Amino acid sequence: MAKVKDNVHVHDNIYLLSVEYNGICKMGQFFMLRCWELDPLLSRPISIFDYEDGELKFLYQVVGKGTEKLSRLVKGDEITLHGPYGNGFPYLEKCEITLAGGGIGIAPLFYAGRELNRINPNRKLNIFLGFREKSPLIDVFKEQFQNVIVDIGGVITDEIIYKKESVIYTCGPEVMMQKICEEGMNSGATVYASVEKRMACGVGACLGCTCKTVNGNKRTCKDGPVFLGDEIIYG
Amino acid sequence: MDRLKVKFIDRTFKNPVVVASGTYGYGKDYLDYYDPSLLGGICSKGITLHQKSGNKGIRICETPSGLLNSIGLENPGVSKFIDAYLKEMSAIDTVKIINVGGNTIDEYIKAMELLNDCELGLIELNISCPNVKEGGMAFGIKADSAAEVTSKVKKVSRHKIMVKLSPNAENIIDIAKACEDSGADALSLVNTFQAMAIDIVKKESVFENMYAGLSGPAIKPIALRMVNQVYKNVSIPIMGMGGITTWQDAVEFIMAGSSCIQIGTANFIDPMTPIKVIEGLKDYCLGNNIENISDLVGVI
Repeated sequence: MAKVKDNVHVHDNIYLLSVEYNGICKMGQFFMLRCWELDPLLSRPISIFDYEDGELKFLYQVVGKGTEKLSRLVKGDEITLHGPYGNGFPYLEKCEITLAGGGIGIAPLFYAGRELNRINPNRKLNIFLGFREKSPLIDVFKEQFQNVIVDIGGVITDEIIYKKESVIYTCGPEVMMQKICEEGMNSGATVYASVEKRMACGVGACLGCTCKTVNGNKRTCKDGPVFLGDEIIYG
Repeated sequence: MDRLKVKFIDRTFKNPVVVASGTYGYGKDYLDYYDPSLLGGICSKGITLHQKSGNKGIRICETPSGLLNSIGLENPGVSKFIDAYLKEMSAIDTVKIINVGGNTIDEYIKAMELLNDCELGLIELNISCPNVKEGGMAFGIKADSAAEVTSKVKKVSRHKIMVKLSPNAENIIDIAKACEDSGADALSLVNTFQAMAIDIVKKESVFENMYAGLSGPAIKPIALRMVNQVYKNVSIPIMGMGGITTWQDAVEFIMAGSSCIQIGTANFIDPMTPIKVIEGLKDYCLGNNIENISDLVGVI
């Protein structure tokens, strides 16, 4: 069990939950969260938005019963965390990295950006974010990072520059990630895509979250959620 | 700990708590939580003669107190299972139960022949998977087809055979008796209930395979009734399952007639469930002066 430090309504149906946590975790990993007994039955996989000084943050969108219950948490409440699970994004030495996210998929990219800058403060990060409408999260990213390019209501994937030497971390709607993976393959860029699937166990046991890849079925929760873009078979 | 030691067919289980097929991979996925050697037994993910990549589309969907799944027996095939996973499983100090499915009787037989060369605890003969198009549950609906596959498998396998029954059977008692008469050494029940969910926006089934299998607390009372009915009509041992989430649920299944119990969906709710159930059973025996948990089997 972990103690809730804060649970802020960011805007629309997006919330930012902060909990006390002192373990280890990597960028791109996720936790299974629950603050209920048996309804709903399963925990909810939520990726790490940020982690610093014993405070772990999750940015989540209320889409159903589970996330609705999460949104009702207040400071001092107890929450069950299982994890961290999954492989996460790779900690690359390479200096220039592009982060491309859309919608609630921007969540893991915030911690990814902070971690990448931590291991190499001279790094150049190019951040591309797509939103349906104006969001206070744009300022959250702009206050933290320098090169933040935002598209509201359009197609962020067209703004990204794809070069052979590019390395792109992406998370967002499937159609967005598919486009980035395709552009990556065409240009020779290396894409790491964080895949979202319904999950039950979170540990690789149930095969409920299988992702189809050129190397056969992979478990999104255990072998992923981050896969190489040219490995994923969409559709 | 001896209060929980049970005999099942001719195997000794250190406790009656077994993790159910399809919820525990091949025994290594919950290592971060506890040592699987603490378990009475482990049922492998269902294995078939040939590799299966499973069903496409959505594979899981929650319902009130339940979970629908349509995995479709994704597995590497029996030969690769033996080479890549069975050795790893063998290192775990518990009873290894290998769940075997098939589309045809011939497939079951060939899989059994390959497994004859391996050391394992017992075979759980899966004639009850609702998520494959051919075979699978079809063998577990009618008593005569269940009897046929059971007797043919018994003829070729050197291992003890526990037949896993479907709650979708035409008559659970008839099918249980038919399996016993055909030589089954034990029965496990129940597999998932065939069920469905509809996407009302797309106006289509949530699952590409149309129907799926329902598990979890929602099915517990029906599963419990079926275990009790079967217990009263056969003399081979029963491994009961269906929505067991707490140690109290486990006691109910034991009292209904289960010598061992299996925990499935509850592993997803709390990875520590099997250990909590073992501890709860131990305390229950101590607190109620029960010398051995087997004394409770079928007291209802």
